Amino acid sequence: MITLIDGLSLGSIYALIALGYTMVYGIAKMLNFAHGDVIMVGAYAIVITLSYTASPAVAIIAAVILCTILGVAIEKIAYKPLRGASPLAVLITAIGVSYFLQGIAQLVFGSQPRPVSAVWRQLPKIPLLNDLGITTAAAVTLVCGVIIMVALNLFIKCTKTGRAMLAVSEDRGAAVLMGINVNRIITVTFAIGSALAAFAGMFYLFQIPNAEPTLGAMPGITAFTAAVIGGIGSIPGAMVGGILLGVVEKLCLASPLSSYTVAIKFSLLIVILLVKPTGLLGKITREKV
Amino acid sequence: MKNFKLKHFINYAIVSALLIFGVVMFLTGNLRPSTAQLFAQMGYGIILAVSLNLVVGFLGELSLGHAGFMCVGAYIGGLFAVVLKQSGLDMKLPVLIISMLVGGLFAALFGFIIGLPSLRLKGDYLAIVTLAFGEIVRNIFMNQKVFGGAKGLTTGTLIYDTRKSPTLFIVVFIVAILMLILVQNLVKSKHGRAITAIRDNEIAAKAMGINVTFYKLFVFVVAAFFAGCAGVIYAHTTTPVLYSFFSYNYSIEILVMVVLGGMGSITGSIISAVFITAMNFVLQSQLSGDLASLKNVVYAVILIIVVVFGNAPALKSFRERYNISAFFERFRKQDASKRRDDEAKWARVPSKIKMDALLSTDMAPDSDESIHGDIGADNDKGGNK
Repeated sequence: MITLIDGLSLGSIYALIALGYTMVYGIAKMLNFAHGDVIMVGAYAIVITLSYTASPAVAIIAAVILCTILGVAIEKIAYKPLRGASPLAVLITAIGVSYFLQGIAQLVFGSQPRPVSAVWRQLPKIPLLNDLGITTAAAVTLVCGVIIMVALNLFIKCTKTGRAMLAVSEDRGAAVLMGINVNRIITVTFAIGSALAAFAGMFYLFQIPNAEPTLGAMPGITAFTAAVIGGIGSIPGAMVGGILLGVVEKLCLASPLSSYTVAIKFSLLIVILLVKPTGLLGKITREKV
Repeated sequence: MKNFKLKHFINYAIVSALLIFGVVMFLTGNLRPSTAQLFAQMGYGIILAVSLNLVVGFLGELSLGHAGFMCVGAYIGGLFAVVLKQSGLDMKLPVLIISMLVGGLFAALFGFIIGLPSLRLKGDYLAIVTLAFGEIVRNIFMNQKVFGGAKGLTTGTLIYDTRKSPTLFIVVFIVAILMLILVQNLVKSKHGRAITAIRDNEIAAKAMGINVTFYKLFVFVVAAFFAGCAGVIYAHTTTPVLYSFFSYNYSIEILVMVVLGGMGSITGSIISAVFITAMNFVLQSQLSGDLASLKNVVYAVILIIVVVFGNAPALKSFRERYNISAFFERFRKQDASKRRDDEAKWARVPSKIKMDALLSTDMAPDSDESIHGDIGADNDKGGNK
C-alpha cells in the first residue's frame, strides 16, 4: 500500500515530464531529447535559490520562470531554423542541445553533487498520513501532480490557445488554414512543457539526495518511455504511461528483483509496443502510398 | 562505373593510410602508448560508425542502441577470451580473433532479437525500443556475477603492451578493412539496392517483391555483428569492461559520427569517426577537472552548428553556393559546365506544342532534320556515359 502510494507519486513526476515530451511531439513532431536536461536546470535553480533564501515559494517561482525562458530560447535558437528539415536532423540538434546544457551545468555548477538544502528536506508533518507511513513528500507530489494535470487538461479543453494546440497536433495544414499561428502555438507548447519540467525537477528533488549535472538523464529517458507506452502525442496516454512506470518501478524496487528494475521497466515498453505498436492510447494511422 | 570504384578505393585508402602511418610510427619508435590507444579507438570507432550507418543511412531505421550490441560483444567476447587464456591458450592473436568471432556472433543473436520488433514498429517507436534495449542489456550484465557485477569484467590479462608490438591496432584496422570490403560490396549488390529501396519507400519495395522482413533482420544482424566485434576490441584495450561505458550517450556519440559524416556515406562515416575520436582524445587530454565538461560544450556547439547549417531550409541557397561536392565536380571527367550544355540540349527536345508544329506540313524540311540530328547526337552521348 505504501509502496503503491510512493509509486503513484513517482509516477506523477514521470507523467509531468512525459507530458512535456508528448505535447512537443504532438505539435512539433519532434523528439525533444533536451527535455531531461531542462528538468536538471529546474532542479538546480531550486537548489541554488534555496542556498540564498529560505523561502521555497521564491525558489519554485524562480525555477518555473527560468525553465520556461530556457525552453522558449531552445526552441527559437535550435529548433526553429530547422522547421521543415528532416526529423533526424532535428533529433540530432536536440541531442546537441542536451549535451550543451549538461556541459554548461558542469561548468557553472561544478561536477560535484550539490546537497539539497535542508529547507527542502524538512517538510511539515501531516499527522494522520505520516502515522500510516506515507511521507509528506509523496503526498505533496501526488496531490500537486494531480492538480497540475487537471489544470493542464482544463487549459487544453477550455481555452482558445489550448484548442488551437489540439488543432495543430490533429492536422497542421488545416490549422494554418483556420488562421492559427502555428509558430506561436509551438512556442507556447515549449513554454508549457518546460514549466512542467520545472515542477517535475522540483518534485524529483524529493527522491534524490543531491543535485548533479546528469540528474535529468534517467527520469528523462524513463518519462520518454512512459510517453511512448501511452502512445506518443496523446496527453492522457502520457499520464497513464507515467503513472504505470512509476508504480512498476517502486514495486520492483520493493521486490527481490530490485537490481533488475531498469531492465523490467524497459522490457515493459517492448512488450507493450509489440502488442500495441502505437502505445496504449495512441492513434493508429493507416499508411498511405 | 569508374567513379563508383574510386569511391570505394578512397575508403580503403583512408584506413590503410592510418594503418601504415601507425606501423611507421612504431618502427621508428615514435609510437607512444597513448597514441596506439588512440589508433585502436579510431579503428573501433570506424567499425561502429560504418555498421550503424548500414542501419540508419541505408535501411533508414533510427537505432539508438548500438552501444548495447557493443556491450554484448565486450562482455561475452571479453569473458570468452579471459577463459581461453586461463585454459592455457596463451597466444594473443588467435585468442583475439576467436573471441571476436564469438562476441560478434552473440551480438548478432541479440541483433536478431532486437530486429524482430522492427518488423512491427516504425520510426520513433523503433528508435525508443532500441534505446530501451541498450539499457536492458547494460542492466542485465551489471547484475551477473560471472561478468564481475557492478565492478565490471576484469580483462587485464588481455591488454596488449603497445610498446612491444603494435598487433592490436593492426588487427583492428584489418578488421575495419575486411568490414569495408563486405559492407561496400553488400551495398552495391542487388541486396544493397533492395535495402535502399526499403528505406526510400517500404510499400513500393514490398510491391516490387522485396522480402522486407528478411532484409530488415539481415541488416540488424550484420550491424550488430560488427558492433560486437568492436566491443571485443574494446575489451582488449580497456580494463575493466564497465557497463556504464555503454550508456545511451555512447550510442548517441556513434549516431553523431554517422550523421556528421552524412547518412548513407561510408567515406563520411570513416572521416567523422576518425575526426570525432581524435577530437575527444585531444580535448580529454588538454582539459582537466571541471573544465573537462568544456568538451561536451564544444562538442555540442559543433554538432548544432553543423546540423543547422546543413539542414535549415532558410540556408539552402548558401549551401548550394559553397558545396563541397560542387567543388569536386570540377575535377570529374565530365565537368559541370559540360553537363549543363547537355541539359540545355535536352531542354530543346520538342515539347508537345512544338511537336504539333513539327508534324504540321508547314515545317521546312531542313529544320526538321536538324532537330532529329540533335536528338541522335545526345543519345550517343548517353550511351557513352
